[in-house]
Amino acid sequence: MRFIYQSWWKVLAVLLVLFTIIAGFLITVPRLPIVHETVRNTFFHVPMWMAMFIVFIISVVYSVKYLRSANPTHDLIAVECVNVGVFFFVLGLITGMIWARNTWGEYWSNDPKQNSAAIAFLLYCAYLVLRNAIDEEQKRARISAIYNIFAFPVMIVLIMVLPRMTDSLHPGNGGNPAFSKITDNNVRIILYIGFIAWSLMAVWIATLRYRIRLIEYKQNSLD
Amino acid sequence: MELMDQTLTLLKKEILLEWRSKYAFNGVLLYVVSTVFVCYIAFSLSAGFAGSSGYPIVWNVLFWIIMLFASVNAIAKSFVQESRGRLLYYYSIASPQAIILSKIIYNMLLMALLSTLAIIVYVVFFKNVVGDPLLYFTSVIIGSISFSTVFTMISAIASKAGNNGTLMAILSFPVIIPVILILIRFSKNAMDGLDRSLNYGHMGALAAINAIVIATSLLLFPYLWRD
Repeated sequence: MRFIYQSWWKVLAVLLVLFTIIAGFLITVPRLPIVHETVRNTFFHVPMWMAMFIVFIISVVYSVKYLRSANPTHDLIAVECVNVGVFFFVLGLITGMIWARNTWGEYWSNDPKQNSAAIAFLLYCAYLVLRNAIDEEQKRARISAIYNIFAFPVMIVLIMVLPRMTDSLHPGNGGNPAFSKITDNNVRIILYIGFIAWSLMAVWIATLRYRIRLIEYKQNSLD
Repeated sequence: MELMDQTLTLLKKEILLEWRSKYAFNGVLLYVVSTVFVCYIAFSLSAGFAGSSGYPIVWNVLFWIIMLFASVNAIAKSFVQESRGRLLYYYSIASPQAIILSKIIYNMLLMALLSTLAIIVYVVFFKNVVGDPLLYFTSVIIGSISFSTVFTMISAIASKAGNNGTLMAILSFPVIIPVILILIRFSKNAMDGLDRSLNYGHMGALAAINAIVIATSLLLFPYLWRD
């Protein structure tokens, strides 16, 4: 756990995010029909989902750890990771909707990928509501950990598997080529750096929230 | 094979309890019949609808919506009826996997029976437009099995969390939506009488979802169960 108190990776996160923003707006991107300059949205939209996946995975890992150890701090990590993941979920939806407005013509065009993402969003909102429904702390931690583990594979099926089975307008789904196949190496490098940058950023936000929760938890406990 | 023995014994006990009271069965059957009847009355208000081009789509979607709510109602009860003391007794005689497995199998049997009756009642009231009845019936059975696996675990979680209807609905609907989307596509193919090989992908996806749900239920129920 000492990792979260070190600062080198936070500096790295800021530098990498700055790099992806500057490079993402300045490099020349391949000119493609319909999408044109909106290719640049790849540098911001896709890393949001990557960051969300990373914090959700951390959350599931700590939910499993909680079930094995019943250590309340593991529950705090799990819930704060879900909070940050939901935030990045919203960012991913918004960046996708703005892009869809400019290429598909509508913010919401009843696309399977968009619909599945909305359902997966409901899934994690249900997790947060479930937490509010239970008063007793240990019971809340245990039951919400169980639901969190249960929800994760469903989320993977919703976002990664189902849209690929049907016709979707989304790049990489339904026979549409993904951007990685039609764009050049520069785009790919910036995209991968973006994955790392925003994932680190999400983890940083989650650790800050976790540390606040930890202080509150210690203040509220009796000893 | 201790697990198998325990599961079978618990399953027998579930069926015996249900056979004595027939509460869940009759209750849900009446629920389905009255819902179908209400829908029939409501749709017959607009004359000529049965001949219109949108009729098969409404027929199919309406059936699955009715089945969805019927199965939520049927399965939400499966953990509430167990009193605290009785759960404690099970805890001392059987493994948690046997308990969740027996509940899942019992709910599968109950839902398969109920949905068979429901489709019969539905076809009696609404003009039958199914092109491939055998395949449609297969989709109904697979659908009821999928509903049972998902809702059994969710009802176990909801019953631990104070068990109100709201919680059951918000926890289960996001999980069931992918299942019901595949089912509606599957059954629409059966309804249009398309080639059966088109549906192998749907069946595979549903089997995979069921396998994931049963595996996670078996893994997680032992933690959920302890109080």
